[in-house]
Amino acid sequence: MASVLTPVYIVLTMALAAFLILSFYYTLTDQGYRYNIGWLLQDTSPYMWANLGIGLGISLSVVGAAWGIFTTGSSILGGGVKAPRIRTKNLVSIIFCEAVAIYGIIMAIVISNQETVFNPQKWSEAERYQLSSQNHHAGYSMFGAGLTVGFSNLFCGICVGIVGSGAALADAQNSSLFVKILIVEIFGSAIGLFGVIISILQVTHAKMGDK
Amino acid sequence: MNSLNFNIDNGYLEGLVRGFKGGILKQTDYLNLIQCETLEDLKLHLQSTDYGNFLANEASPLQVSVIDDKLKEKLVIEFQHMRNQSVTPLATFLDYITYSYMIDNIVLLITGTLHQRAISELIPKCHPLGSFEQMEALHIASTPAELYNAVLVDTPLASYFIDCISEQDLDELNIEIIRNALYKAYLEDFYKFCQTLGDSTGAYMSDALAFEADRRAFIITINSFGTELPKDDRAKLYPRCGKLFPDGLAALARADDYEQVRAVAEYYSEYRVLFEESSNNPGEKTLEDKFFEYEVMLMKKAFLDQFHFGIFYAYVKLKEQESRNIIWIAECVAQRHRAKIDSYIPIF
Repeated sequence: MASVLTPVYIVLTMALAAFLILSFYYTLTDQGYRYNIGWLLQDTSPYMWANLGIGLGISLSVVGAAWGIFTTGSSILGGGVKAPRIRTKNLVSIIFCEAVAIYGIIMAIVISNQETVFNPQKWSEAERYQLSSQNHHAGYSMFGAGLTVGFSNLFCGICVGIVGSGAALADAQNSSLFVKILIVEIFGSAIGLFGVIISILQVTHAKMGDK
Repeated sequence: MNSLNFNIDNGYLEGLVRGFKGGILKQTDYLNLIQCETLEDLKLHLQSTDYGNFLANEASPLQVSVIDDKLKEKLVIEFQHMRNQSVTPLATFLDYITYSYMIDNIVLLITGTLHQRAISELIPKCHPLGSFEQMEALHIASTPAELYNAVLVDTPLASYFIDCISEQDLDELNIEIIRNALYKAYLEDFYKFCQTLGDSTGAYMSDALAFEADRRAFIITINSFGTELPKDDRAKLYPRCGKLFPDGLAALARADDYEQVRAVAEYYSEYRVLFEESSNNPGEKTLEDKFFEYEVMLMKKAFLDQFHFGIFYAYVKLKEQESRNIIWIAECVAQRHRAKIDSYIPIF
């Protein structure tokens, strides 16, 4: 039975083969300087990194929240058929998952507020160099901040979803179990908060623009 | 099928089947039931359980066969609802569960036809979970080859008949051989299917189906003592997906009496306990009872794990055991022979 991942493997193998062939060609024809990581990092715009960070931050958070909500929601629906009393109480699990998406939005707003225009023509040579490196630092910080909050919310959302699903099914059988499993969910929710805190720390030192 | 994508397709049904499992009768319900003096009392007590008013429209006086039919009907309604809501691979899994009932139905219809009964009086006796479209046409066949070509090749059981159509004729002994050969092919096929379903389902169903296979091997061996079934034929009926394969099955094939079967079971710790605690004396539990108890214990374990299909299989088996319990109690009550009324198998 061919796995669903076979096209992915084929594409990855072809990309790797192309990369290897090209690098051998460059090395053997004395064009090794073309693989220039420094040029790549210096000449790509910090705005690209910043916006990538904002985009990844919010979208990965939403993926995590969505994953958690469907995992918990379908279990609440199923369990609620024979035990209708669980329906309202278990919405708390959904709220925990939703909070993860809200963290993502907050961080995306905070990061994008730091983004301002930098006009290199206004400055002299020395200042331009100093400000430009500051802008690069800001761009990378925002990218990192976005990744931090995005991935930690992704896994937090998945975690809270799976625990919430267990909480709903256990509650349907025995209502004293819900509060105990909720404690596990609270711990799961805390890890998303860690991502937000670190992300804020990363972004407060980012100084973009003309200052 | 892991915890990440299981709930996309199966989350609702898992919640639903766990709700159904919560409605299985508990020990207190059984204690109430064994106090009943008449079947009307039984009906009253069942009203306060998950069964509700399922006997409300039945004419009095109630009969045990009517209670049996209504119990079956409730399970069938719940199962059909789940089957209708499911998508593959759960749909295929639920279909596999119904194949065992289909095999029983086919054997029932063939036996009835051999005894010259009309097909219309046999169809209501078939188990509804195992119904398939070609059921009405089963009486036209007289040899297994005809049966296969005319009727069964379109059913999902077609591939299980490969081993059986070499039989010459349909008669009493051959029917039982056909039943066991079909069941063997079905168990092995189900086992292979469950292995493709992933870790939790594969692990749980391996244990469950291995026990079923071993139980059938023991029962076939014990029941074949005193019949004219040759040992080679008997060995061909043992399902190979259990713990007894290959050494235990080879030893069972050579066994001549109950003591030798018990000696084979000595090598397997779970089965040794079952054989030790059972006996054929009137006051103690029989081997079948011990097998049922072990099965109940195994099925209850399915609910300890989340995100796997074993709970659906376990639910069907536990509901069947509950039906057997209620019918046992009902028979004891109806015949006013209360001596062994508490030999039901407690579940929860």
